[in-house]
Amino acid sequence: MESIALRREQQTAAEPATGAEPSYAPTVQSQGGAPPQFALYLRRWLALNRSGLRAVLIGAISLALFLLAWHLLTEYRVVFFVRFTNVPSPSAVYESLTRAMHDSTFFMHVILSCRRILFGFSLAALIAVPLGLVMGRFRLAHEILFPITEVLRPIPAIAWVPMAIMLWPTNEQSIIYITFLGSFFPILVNTLHGMSLVDPVLVRAAQCLGAREMSIFREVYFPASLPHIFTGLTVGMGVAWVSLIAAEMISGQFGIGYFTWEAYSLVQYADIALGMICIGVLGLGSSALIRGFGRLVMPWSRT
Amino acid sequence: MSVMTPDPPSKGRIDVDNFALSYDTLEGPVEAVCNASIHVNPGEFVSIVGPSGCGKSTLLNAVAGFLKPTKGGVTVDGEAVDGPGADRGMVFQQYSLFPWKTVKGNVEFGLKMKHLDKSSRDRAARTLLGLAGLTAFENKYPDSLSGGMKQRVGIVRALATGPKVLLLDEPFGALDAQTRVIMQQILTNMWQRLKISVLFVTHDIDEAIFLSDRVYCMTARPGAIKAEITIPLERPRHQSMMMSSEFLGLRRGLMSLIREESIKAMGGELNDLALDGLSIDLHGQSLADVL
Ligand SMILES: Nc1ncnc2c1ncn2[C@@H]1O[C@H](COP(=O)(O)OP(=O)(O)O)[C@@H](O)[C@H]1O
Ligand SMILES: [Mg+2]
Repeated sequence: MESIALRREQQTAAEPATGAEPSYAPTVQSQGGAPPQFALYLRRWLALNRSGLRAVLIGAISLALFLLAWHLLTEYRVVFFVRFTNVPSPSAVYESLTRAMHDSTFFMHVILSCRRILFGFSLAALIAVPLGLVMGRFRLAHEILFPITEVLRPIPAIAWVPMAIMLWPTNEQSIIYITFLGSFFPILVNTLHGMSLVDPVLVRAAQCLGAREMSIFREVYFPASLPHIFTGLTVGMGVAWVSLIAAEMISGQFGIGYFTWEAYSLVQYADIALGMICIGVLGLGSSALIRGFGRLVMPWSRT
Repeated sequence: MSVMTPDPPSKGRIDVDNFALSYDTLEGPVEAVCNASIHVNPGEFVSIVGPSGCGKSTLLNAVAGFLKPTKGGVTVDGEAVDGPGADRGMVFQQYSLFPWKTVKGNVEFGLKMKHLDKSSRDRAARTLLGLAGLTAFENKYPDSLSGGMKQRVGIVRALATGPKVLLLDEPFGALDAQTRVIMQQILTNMWQRLKISVLFVTHDIDEAIFLSDRVYCMTARPGAIKAEITIPLERPRHQSMMMSSEFLGLRRGLMSLIREESIKAMGGELNDLALDGLSIDLHGQSLADVL
């Protein structure tokens, strides 16, 4: 108990310290006027974000070095266990990117993949989140459904490909189904985890304030689990891409995974790297989208 | 008792009769409280003190409706307690504010559950927050508040629904001494304004005497009521009273009652003399902090 009190004191003591203005702040402020104010903010911003800026700078240098290494390895066709003889150089990839920019089929591949992700992932989120909430709240639902999910969960989505082709009438549907499966379990498991961590004291507090079952569900269990739900969504989005690309490579027509695989068959090696980079960027973008959405719906977790 | 109101409040009577509760464990039932009887008159401020683990929280949770007594009964205004409800507000030691709601959102919660419309919720919450000096923080999230502020919000939230009784389980246990004194004053003020019955659990003897009209002292587990002490100090009470001979006399009495039970609770193997020295030391320190 004493340690809690101590910790709190330290926290409150630390807050003003980090938020404290630099000692030169008052003298600059006293001069008044808009331009010094702006300069002051800029300087403060720089001071507060120094470590962030440093990370950005070093990150940029590191990426540039990576590009350089790639360039040199492919330029001199290095063979040292790994063979770079056929690997496209960065400039070749850039070339094929500019070509792809004027080519509607490339965009069609990208858009088709995004659509599959959108359908598969949204469906998974719309089913797994409510299911996790219900399983977390009602013991009977948990007891009935948990064994089934535990048996199905270790099966990688890719292993479902033949089965999916049999289950669904069209290729498109089976690819969406694979994507759905890939993201379903991470979302479900994380939602369940979030539900299991809900502080029972908060539930009691709500009951003492007159909340009934539905209100407790909506006002306590759901928001309390949201951070874990979003962890699940982020992980699920990653697995959705993994599953989608694999499914497209195996059974696909169209899609960025298919594009990448086809580039290999057609001996257009630069397009392989282009497809890979494109997949990376799409994955990055979609998780950033989820993170942003998470920040929007959980304003309390941002300090 | 010494409540200075022209018309004494008529609601908020708590009766706990021959109360016993045991927890089922692997080692068999653990009797937490046995044969405890307490009552709180409408508008009265009553504290329960006792050594750690004696069953104070168990008793309070039964009044709140979270636990069912194994034996005996709990009634509020003659009605048997059956589950938690908004007629009994509760304040927890761990603050237990909803982190996803702002200060105002937390205070409005109970009113929302009562299906009050938005504007009257807003008005009620603002009034109460003003009383507790929290207006400037109404749009903050709990994580950015200090412990004392959090607990003020906790108290305001519990009072917002207009409960008949307020139950507090060591609400100031995690606060530093200075903050605790301020919180005690705030609680006293709110209690006097709202004329509500209060059942207050603490292990801090000074706190119990300073706040209460009556104090129940519990025995070590299984907890029973060892003594009931009326606090005749006049109201309004001030910090300076804690130095009065009357206060110190009450304190000495309660201290010796508790010490016996604490030794029992710790296994009764400690050297009484050493413990005596220890408690005097602690006493000097805590009193110095308070003043
Ligand atoms: N859920 C439980 N299961 C078993 N024993 C419990 C449980 N809760 C409390 N106890 C026991 O009951 C006794 C009283 O607990 P509690 O009411 O929390 O004491 P206090 O609040 O006075 O410290 C303690 O000895 C504790 O170990
Ligand atoms: Mg307790």
